[in-house]
Amino acid sequence: MTTVTPISQAHALELLQGMVRIRRFEEKCAELYSAMKIRGFLHLYIGEEAIAVGVMQALRPEDSVAATYREHGHALARGLSMGSVMAEMYGKLEGCCRGRGGSMHLFDAATRFFGGSAIVAGGIPLSVGLALADKMQERANVNACFFGEGAAAEGEFHESINLATLWKLPVLFLCENNRYAMGTALERSESETDIHLKAQSYGLKSEVVDGMDVIAVEQAAQRACDAIRNGEGPYFLEFTTYRFRPHSMFDPELYREKAEVQAWKEKDPIKLFSQKLLADGLISDTDISRIEAKVQDEITAAVEYAEAGQWEAVEDLQRYVYSERGHHE
Amino acid sequence: MSNQRESGTGETTYREAIRAAIREAMLEDPRVFLMGEDVGRYGGCYAVSKGLYEEFGPERVRDTPLSESVFVGAGIGAALGGMRPIVEVMSINFSLLCMDQIVNNAATIQHMSGGQFNIPLVIRMATGAGLQLAAQHSHSLEVLYAHIPGIRVVAPATLEDARGMLATALEDPDPVLIFEHAGLYNRPGQIAADAGAVDIDRAVVRRKGEDVTLITYGGSLYKTLDAAAALAEQGIHAEVIDLRSLRPLDEATLLDSVRRTQRAVVVDEGWRSGSLAAEVMARISEQAFYDLDAPLARVCSEEVPIPYAKHMEQAALPQTETIINTVKKCFGDRND
Repeated sequence: MTTVTPISQAHALELLQGMVRIRRFEEKCAELYSAMKIRGFLHLYIGEEAIAVGVMQALRPEDSVAATYREHGHALARGLSMGSVMAEMYGKLEGCCRGRGGSMHLFDAATRFFGGSAIVAGGIPLSVGLALADKMQERANVNACFFGEGAAAEGEFHESINLATLWKLPVLFLCENNRYAMGTALERSESETDIHLKAQSYGLKSEVVDGMDVIAVEQAAQRACDAIRNGEGPYFLEFTTYRFRPHSMFDPELYREKAEVQAWKEKDPIKLFSQKLLADGLISDTDISRIEAKVQDEITAAVEYAEAGQWEAVEDLQRYVYSERGHHE
Repeated sequence: MSNQRESGTGETTYREAIRAAIREAMLEDPRVFLMGEDVGRYGGCYAVSKGLYEEFGPERVRDTPLSESVFVGAGIGAALGGMRPIVEVMSINFSLLCMDQIVNNAATIQHMSGGQFNIPLVIRMATGAGLQLAAQHSHSLEVLYAHIPGIRVVAPATLEDARGMLATALEDPDPVLIFEHAGLYNRPGQIAADAGAVDIDRAVVRRKGEDVTLITYGGSLYKTLDAAAALAEQGIHAEVIDLRSLRPLDEATLLDSVRRTQRAVVVDEGWRSGSLAAEVMARISEQAFYDLDAPLARVCSEEVPIPYAKHMEQAALPQTETIINTVKKCFGDRND
């Protein structure tokens, strides 16, 4: 039987599992938020999973990733353990940042994951600098930077694209256009709503990609990474997507119609992808059940890990403001 | 030049001392590079980097667009990526355009990441008034940065510090902001041919005295030393302390002096409200209150945006005469 899905069964399962893993993890987070186990702001990525999962396929361990405050999905897809992310959200010592960062500030040196920035567009210059370091040290790495369409209203978005293009730096700009900057619709904040066009005006390669289609995302990311590694300078990808959940747990969603949310839910990246794989005969319902069970086990273990974690000693409050002498070169 | 260390002393200026420090750092460490507005072909707004572009080329002396936020942010990223950037922000007033990167990223990433990442970045900028550059190029906003945990803030006043603080700042694993007073760049003097790295932790007593402690930093040091010389002729022997490090503050040196002299006046080119002077005074009050023989006093800039006209600008700034008069008031009870 011929398939229209241009990937192997193993890879299809990997992509599906990657998305299901983020979806179920975040559903659990919402539940734990209501149970007051997780506090602060909690921004869910549900609906946008295809982007993080698709893009990460094209990245290598030596590449860098910078993301926003809606970064649980990116952290998991990049390879942070679910336990360390969950423990971080609990505020426990076993968290990836010892509980100092929380949901919005996940960092991980081992996977070159540079946050977790909660200043819109504030993480973009970091990727430009990481790319500058790569270029000056002649490393063919990609520096991936995720941000929302709201970032296009910030000066740092424009300054960063300009400088990266001017200096031909290996930055992969990844705009997740979910149409709302918190509660402000794109049309209500931008005179020109075509974000990829704004980027293009700086003279770099720029594409719009269906962010609800994990394969389209992966292929676009691969194209972009190839070009960047080839020394062609930065690349801009705009993903059209939608967040199914409110902006944060405090958001009553007064700014959008239920019908609109419903219409986008029809494009659910997990649902569409599984349906396609089933229709193509690439996977079976049993495969899906197996993935769900496996993810459930991982979540259960992550919650147990976080629950069993310790609170950092208050005596350590002053640590990590400045380097502890002898710890760094 | 600086990499060919010689004995004896040589004539230099504050500007040349900084340039020699940058040059030496770039010669010694290939990870070091300079980045900022007009630091390259133009030679630097205050001519600090003149000649470095020709010597090191455009890769290591990088002219940036007028995009403070991204080039400071890129400095942070480059530091994370293994480089040792020196980022020049043309003026402290312009640094407000990149305050987000300094305060929200440079100062926080180590902490937010639970100690996983550190940022060995040096940011240099010109501060201070006296050149008739008016209200968008003349302010002393160091206190805004000295307020922020996670960064170190230093202010070289002497040729030795202009020459020596940079190397130590580059060795530091964390972000260091160096504030160079614009009025000092032309200041000439003798410097040892082998002048090199100096500590960036301690305040230094620049003049010994037993009657009153004058605490200052940066461009105000020389006015304060002049005031101390004039006061000595009138029988008041002032000790002058140069803070050098604005964050952290070297409390031990301050308190040791104030406990001996039992009087203190702080001279600070920043505005009085919420000033560094206020912080220094608070710490002395907290820890040496019962050692004091007179209320603490300070000389700060008048609370106006710095004006252009020379006489008005000078009227807004701490002056030697004001310092002398303020010190004398601390001895008011003795004359009653």
